[in-house]
Amino acid sequence: MTLTDTIDATVATTPEGTTPDGATTGDEHRLTQLEALESEAIHIIREVVAEFERPVMLFSGGKDSVVMLHLAAKAFWPSPVPFPVLHVDTGHNFPEVLAFRDATVERLRLRLEVASVQDYLDDGRLRERADGTRNPLQTQPLLDAIAGHRFDAVFGGGRRDEEKARAKERVFSLRDEFGQWDPRNQRPELWNLYNGRHRPGEHVRVFPLSNWTELDVWRYIAAEDIALPELYYAHEREVFDRDGMLLAVGPYSQPRNDAEAASVRTETVRYRTVGDMSCTGAVDSDARDVDAVIAEVAATRITERGATRADDRISEAAMEDRKKEGYF
Amino acid sequence: MGTPTLPTGTLLRLATAGSVDDGKSTLVGRLLFDSKSVLADQLDAVERVSRDRGLETTDLALLTDGLRAEREQGITIDVAYRYFATARRSFVLADCPGHVQYTRNTVTGASTADAVVLLIDARKGLLEQTRRHLAVVSLLRVPHVVVAVNKIDLVDYSQERYEELAAQIRETARSLGVADVHTIPVSALVGDNVVDHGESTPWYDGPTLLELLEELPAGDDPYAEAFRLPVQVVLRPQGAAPDERFRDYRGYAGQVASGVVRVGDEVVVLPSGRRTRVTGIDTADTLHDAADPFAGLTEAWAPQSVTLRLADEIDVTRGDLIASAVDVPDLTQDVEGTVAWLSDRPLRPGARVLLKHTTRTVQAVVRDVVGRLDLDAAELTPAEQLDLNDIGRVTLRLASPVAAEEYLTSRRTGAFLLIDAHDGGTLAAGMVGDALAATRHPEQRPVQYAI
Repeated sequence: MTLTDTIDATVATTPEGTTPDGATTGDEHRLTQLEALESEAIHIIREVVAEFERPVMLFSGGKDSVVMLHLAAKAFWPSPVPFPVLHVDTGHNFPEVLAFRDATVERLRLRLEVASVQDYLDDGRLRERADGTRNPLQTQPLLDAIAGHRFDAVFGGGRRDEEKARAKERVFSLRDEFGQWDPRNQRPELWNLYNGRHRPGEHVRVFPLSNWTELDVWRYIAAEDIALPELYYAHEREVFDRDGMLLAVGPYSQPRNDAEAASVRTETVRYRTVGDMSCTGAVDSDARDVDAVIAEVAATRITERGATRADDRISEAAMEDRKKEGYF
Repeated sequence: MGTPTLPTGTLLRLATAGSVDDGKSTLVGRLLFDSKSVLADQLDAVERVSRDRGLETTDLALLTDGLRAEREQGITIDVAYRYFATARRSFVLADCPGHVQYTRNTVTGASTADAVVLLIDARKGLLEQTRRHLAVVSLLRVPHVVVAVNKIDLVDYSQERYEELAAQIRETARSLGVADVHTIPVSALVGDNVVDHGESTPWYDGPTLLELLEELPAGDDPYAEAFRLPVQVVLRPQGAAPDERFRDYRGYAGQVASGVVRVGDEVVVLPSGRRTRVTGIDTADTLHDAADPFAGLTEAWAPQSVTLRLADEIDVTRGDLIASAVDVPDLTQDVEGTVAWLSDRPLRPGARVLLKHTTRTVQAVVRDVVGRLDLDAAELTPAEQLDLNDIGRVTLRLASPVAAEEYLTSRRTGAFLLIDAHDGGTLAAGMVGDALAATRHPEQRPVQYAI
């Protein structure tokens, strides 16, 4: 074995898998990036089904959860997906996303559980926030649903590239009996040996897309021809300006003052993330199909949450604080 | 998968390691910034905080410190994962803090890494901790190590100083059995030789850090290892099958841990020892082939997730290992291994734990603590117990046999966890066999991962 301080000549090949004279190398037996991510996610999903009693997958109809559910279907085919899906409905969701959610659940013959923020508001267990956003209100219905159904593993579509607190999250992330995340006391995660052991009352959040980026998700959507709610692609919509974001004019998001009202106009937009209508912003975009979206995402200079989520602008640690309390 | 928009590059898993104040966060920030992986709003936030703190230049370290406590204290607490890509490949970077529980964090990051980027300060040279990091990297059998000799600007870009350090690094790495080591003079602060070549080091004609990372082989060569597939789940749809053709389907799903398997290969199922043949290699994609859903793949290799069909109706369940019949691993209930102890409570002989090996979890008793590894001397010293962040040798007796292979030759089937049966906590990262052999006898290291 020789130790060199420069790269070995045999390694410095030209394109992936070929040497300069065109002969193939061992790299033909290396997975491409998307193949590696797909295999890793399928491995994670199968581990959870094998090791937990009552898993559930969070499914909102948003692109990350659609991709995650697609991977689950692939992991067990030709057997059906062996767990139900759970949606925490803020009551302010885009109607077309809810329709997409229901159609997907029916196509895959899944059981859908809905935890409704509106129910909590109606009977007084939760109160509307002054700013009108309902994202932080999802935590309690989520935790109650997990406890009520005794779910012990909860798949989420969170990705580490989304946000700096999420960058510290494990693939298997233990939550105590109050659903809390303790970022300073996480289990070390070694090799691909995931440890899902937990005590009664605790549960584990599992993130099969941990190592995916926004661009990976879109490239996979293209590769696998995965259907999404139409609002991910450019369309005409009536919008107004609030805090530097474009919000849709709709039943749950109306201009609150003269400046906002004066800014109402129709624009060609799409959504990079899909959540509560009252705090999810649209982006100006002409990307009407998946290839155009990939080109747009590859060239963007703003992160997906920075561009579109009012709730993450509350403070530097907004996501960390919500996660500690049990948020997704 | 296979449309023109898809990248054909591979995924390289990286981990960083370094001592306090080596500038590791700055280097990672520089790598992300210069490869244009930092977006405008992230940079705005970092610039705002830098200004608030009265700094003259933007502190790129702030890009990687994700938790409130980290930003408040100006330290990195936990492993953080970063993602960046070039036109040639994508990178997953496990950014491991240097000072708080460095063994735990470095072991965690290095366990999945294809390459470790280790930082040293050109002014300080090799520290005790540098040697320890190299020992851990050798122990975990990380295929490639890149030592970034940082702050080269602060030694006036001295070629002499760099050459001196590079020689020391090579000698230390060799003595510890590190498979493949590269050195690069960099200034993370200024940006020299991180992504772009620095004008101040005309004497250095090697690759920049990013250029090197683009070239390193990703993963192990499947052809160099024997086929192993730990069974995760058995797929038997029966009445829930999508149609009649799949009603009697029975497949064994898992991720190929090592090697290559082809249709027709003879395999052994462990621990039963039954022999059979692979009759099909399926994925959801091949099973959706309208023409012939059972045509399947002709071969599969690590780390693909597949489902195998076998010739005989034998009892195969989760936790079983399907292995090449040509190269069959031994079963054992007595495991001697090297463990990195990650728990606050010490490990003592007699402790009852769970051992997780591939997809199999068995009860285990710690027979003996053989010794503690002195990372500075790379020697085993006698010990009664192992404490947090110790690395040592133990012997274990298992309640039922596992196909534990030498970690030195098989990173997947040679690794195990020790788990607390009561609270479920992860107690230790374990490596089967004398993982220190390579440290003491580098010349005996298998050649296949010396590129």
